[in-house]
Amino acid sequence: MNLAVVFVGAALVNNFVLSQFLGICPFLGVSKKVETAIGMGLAVIFVIAMACAATNVVYNFILVPLDIIYLYNIAFILIIATLVQLVEMFIKKSSPTLYQALGVYLPLITTNCAVLGVAVLNMTSEYNFIYSVVNGVGAAVGFTLAIVLFAGIRERIEYNNIPKAFQGFPMALLTAGLMAIAFLGFSGLISQ
Amino acid sequence: MNIGKIIKNGILDENPTFVQVIGMCPTLAVTTSAINGVGMGLSTTAVLLGSNIVISLLRKIIPDEVRIPCFVVVIASFVTIIEFLLKAFLPDLNAALGIYIPLIVVNCIILARAEAFAFKNNVIDAAADGIGCGLGFTLALCVLGVVREFLGTGNIFGLTVLPEAFPKTIMMILPPGAFISLAMLMAGFNYLRRKDK
Repeated sequence: MNLAVVFVGAALVNNFVLSQFLGICPFLGVSKKVETAIGMGLAVIFVIAMACAATNVVYNFILVPLDIIYLYNIAFILIIATLVQLVEMFIKKSSPTLYQALGVYLPLITTNCAVLGVAVLNMTSEYNFIYSVVNGVGAAVGFTLAIVLFAGIRERIEYNNIPKAFQGFPMALLTAGLMAIAFLGFSGLISQ
Repeated sequence: MNIGKIIKNGILDENPTFVQVIGMCPTLAVTTSAINGVGMGLSTTAVLLGSNIVISLLRKIIPDEVRIPCFVVVIASFVTIIEFLLKAFLPDLNAALGIYIPLIVVNCIILARAEAFAFKNNVIDAAADGIGCGLGFTLALCVLGVVREFLGTGNIFGLTVLPEAFPKTIMMILPPGAFISLAMLMAGFNYLRRKDK
């Protein structure tokens, strides 16, 4: 398996949002406007890349040698929480414009299950450092693609005449369902 | 508030899935069959009950500024315990739920209840809230699981209900089916609530 296959597989074939259901909360919550969706997507790409690198190092150089793999879940979530905090402080200092653009969505990334999900998947698939990061970035790019497309559709739906019972979440879920059907078409892209 | 009222509140008035719309990832991901839905629901209930009790007990010790990391560590510990128990006693269910078991840590329902309820109330109320919200979540997962399993495979809880010849909508157990069936159930729930008023 080469890196390109891992990347395309994570971004399109096993799209995190539309086929693995990871990161649904921000997908539904932060997708009312295309601009915020793009900001969220970029922040997630950044955090996931860092988290994949950090969890991989901690797993291979701390958890495995000390024979405490069973603590992986606690270790990973702590790494991610600290990392998000660090990234937040770093961006605040180095690029106040970007910090303002991301706003409240930055701290919320901690509870985005896509981040912990990709870390756990990297561990169970036994990917090495490079593969982990590529897999993570691929997954995050897939997330960004899905959330930006979804936000574009939602912006248009906003002005349509929707039955009262379907307003809000049901309509959003239905839209996501149709997008998921479209993304099923990618499943033939990579032969297993 | 009495205990019965707190439990009912979690199951109906503040149903995590249908009313608050949180914890969507496991809701959509594991409900390919009713059994998986119930398994996930009960695992989450167990974690929620444990974390609510411990966080309520520690609420006077945990400083306000670092409460979120403290909550996360408590929740992650309970998830690890549940993962071990499932691996030992229900290996099939554990395999079916896969990555979504460790991901209970980031299920927003648990953190939301810790923050909104357990951190401010006594142990008994917090335990009742954990059970109520957990059962509300389990109920929603069970309903969604039954609908998808029935339409997708013609079975309910693994028992064949529809005759072999009946056409099955495979799409319902694929990812799009999850979104579409939850959308329909939610719209139905909204319709009934509007009619009530």
